[in-house]
Amino acid sequence: MPVFRETTLSNGLRIAAEIDSRGYSAAFGYFVRAGSRNETDQQSGLSHFLEHMMFKGTARRSAADVNRELDELGGQGNAYTTEEQTVYYATVLPKFQDRLLDLLTDMLTPSLSTDEFETERKVILEEIAKYEDQPPFGAFERSMEIQFSPRGLGRRVLGTTESIQEMTAARMREYFLTMYRPENLVLAASGNIDFDSMVEQVETLTADWSQRQATGTDPVSCDATNSLPPGISLEPKLTIPEISQSYLVRISSGPSEASGDRYAARVLASILGDEGGSRMFWDLIDTGRAEVATIWPHEFTDCGAWFTYLVCDPADAPSNRDQIDRILSDVVQNGVTEEELNQTLNKASAGIIMQSERPSNRLFGLGSRWLTKGEYLSTDERLEKIKRVTTGDVANAAKNYFQNASHIEVVASGD
Amino acid sequence: MTVLVQPMPWLRTAAFSLALRAGVDVEPDSKSGLSGLTCEMVQRGAGRHSSRDLVSIQDNLGMDRSSGVSTSTSNFGASMPAESLKEALALYAEIVLNPHLPENQLEDAKMMSLQEIRANQDEPTHRVMQRLRQLHYGNVLGRSTHGTEDGISEIKQEDVRCFFETNYHAGGSILAVAGNIEADQVFSWAENFFGQWQTKSLSEMASASGKSRYEHIKSGSSQTHIGFAFETIPYGHPDYFRMRAGIGILSDGMSSRLFDRVREQQGLCYTVTASCHSLKQHAGVFGYAGTTPERAQQTLDVTLNEINGMTEDLSESELERWKIRIQSLLIMEQESSASRASSLASDFYQVGRPITTEELESAIESLTTEQVRSYWQNHPPSDYRIVTLGPDPLNTPIDPISTPVQ
Repeated sequence: MPVFRETTLSNGLRIAAEIDSRGYSAAFGYFVRAGSRNETDQQSGLSHFLEHMMFKGTARRSAADVNRELDELGGQGNAYTTEEQTVYYATVLPKFQDRLLDLLTDMLTPSLSTDEFETERKVILEEIAKYEDQPPFGAFERSMEIQFSPRGLGRRVLGTTESIQEMTAARMREYFLTMYRPENLVLAASGNIDFDSMVEQVETLTADWSQRQATGTDPVSCDATNSLPPGISLEPKLTIPEISQSYLVRISSGPSEASGDRYAARVLASILGDEGGSRMFWDLIDTGRAEVATIWPHEFTDCGAWFTYLVCDPADAPSNRDQIDRILSDVVQNGVTEEELNQTLNKASAGIIMQSERPSNRLFGLGSRWLTKGEYLSTDERLEKIKRVTTGDVANAAKNYFQNASHIEVVASGD
Repeated sequence: MTVLVQPMPWLRTAAFSLALRAGVDVEPDSKSGLSGLTCEMVQRGAGRHSSRDLVSIQDNLGMDRSSGVSTSTSNFGASMPAESLKEALALYAEIVLNPHLPENQLEDAKMMSLQEIRANQDEPTHRVMQRLRQLHYGNVLGRSTHGTEDGISEIKQEDVRCFFETNYHAGGSILAVAGNIEADQVFSWAENFFGQWQTKSLSEMASASGKSRYEHIKSGSSQTHIGFAFETIPYGHPDYFRMRAGIGILSDGMSSRLFDRVREQQGLCYTVTASCHSLKQHAGVFGYAGTTPERAQQTLDVTLNEINGMTEDLSESELERWKIRIQSLLIMEQESSASRASSLASDFYQVGRPITTEELESAIESLTTEQVRSYWQNHPPSDYRIVTLGPDPLNTPIDPISTPVQ
């Protein structure tokens, strides 16, 4: 059975590991409490921009060295940014543990050179343009902006073309010194790990991290809350010429990571919206009325959202939306059956077991939970929490979230 | 039917991959989408089970399942806790041997196919790569696995029945199983469940008929989406890894040349890739780059230049990095029964025999830079097929006046 170990280094950096010495691989990741919700208008997109810049060189390594060494270790690695976190991770063979930790840790003290900043700005602008061409054409971001306001949790992770064009390297350096202090980070590891060696190595490598402190040389002004940030609109209808389908995103209030009914909510979502056997599937997908019809809860640290997503022919959108409403009011009124619950629990339990076979899959839940809650859940404990959900819990969650719930809808469609 | 088993006793799971020779290459010309539609219809009830029963049994067995069609095969697969495997195989034998093919659900299934086709139309990358595939392999081997709106509309119940009866049989089919299971046990289950399945003759494989050509699809998109392809050798060819290593050096990993030189050093795009795709006797290298219109020409020029000049400064360390990458992937494949089952089935289809992890490791380990250089010097990329989507066409190395694709 995997063993959990954790420690806090003298500089405040926390380390959490789930060790399974039978594993073929070892996964490592730095989890940073820096996401778009932490940004101001002038910093919009900085958490994500910084994520890119961590690959652009350090005092000891050029940008090319960083990428070359990652490949030399056969590392299956990358990074991502959300509203609440930035994560850098890689999975390697256990024999490469020391070298990977040296590299990942060094990457987190980036040079942030102005030249590299300017080149990477172009890549970020391309990334924004890429998503503008892809379904659902910004509808998720727009729904978050309206629900949570474009400042705070509704802030776009990539920023806007305007905010990225206006960004300065000096502002990025200040943001880095503010957010990448050791007490704001967790190093997580899973799989075939040598824990003691990891702790000793990282203690030395991060000794000077406690000196990180903003210099105050590039103060960020407060947001002018009487107007929208540059490049932001709260119009719920997005017109995208040339597209043939209609993309509807509905958002309403949902469970947070701390809510007692979050497992019941996940089971409810599975019964209502899972691909390949849920109520929405049978009514809307199996019949060919929609290409996508699904629902899921998204948990943030202190609040949450339910997303409903419908993709279909624009002419069918109103009737399909009515059908979704009928499905939701039916579950509020009548709850779910024992048979549906058991089927979902069996599927979910098998899913957890299968997913836990790879250390790289376990890393994200481990690191993220340790960063935000200082809590560890073994695979068996996760199974236990899911299996404890009853039809009564699911019915209560349905009432709690769907009865008379107000929601916002964003639609992207053609001319 | 060939049955392949790889015991992986250190896992808690098992997975299977079932491939039948019922791909889009055997569809009638006017009924593009028939293979995918039949794959959907066989899962709408089989043996004693209705469509809903099947899903409920699969969920209760904890199966994470997938199905779909490719150029030459229809594929069904799932991973699950190992103790579910026997029942899962029994269920899929019913699906491929005794499906109901319910006529009253044909219109629903056709609507599902149309939904997918329309959704793909909204994905510029998909449009570019699908059109590129058609230019590269020609109209038969380059068919869309989703079909066309016209093709789907043409399909009648008897077409599905006929496609099923002609192409769903034991001949050429492969069942690959990996995970915490014993080989003899799986062989005996396979005999029980699939033993009565008839073997029928296989249609002759179509030939590729693609040609060098440039096509532009006009669009008001934010980016210009660029797809390019050229012919290469398929998986199983004696020189395959010499060619594949070159593509790895160009595009596998963050220090690969396209990522480093097109994106990292010049900031020309967010996505730039090249990868190999093999059919049984034909193959292609397919590449993609997406970039804003004003930088699209430069992106295309720089990207093709990197590919054409791959051998000029080829270094030992680049090949070594690629070898470590592949070796790590092969070792980590031991952590996933699904991944191993799928490799077993596709290796057997391509090469006609299973390939062990050790055999692959040694083939890759023995590669030298000289072999890679000499292969690429003797077989330089040529006859590019290029498709772009965006506001304006680009200048390409291809003569813009070309013959229609056959």
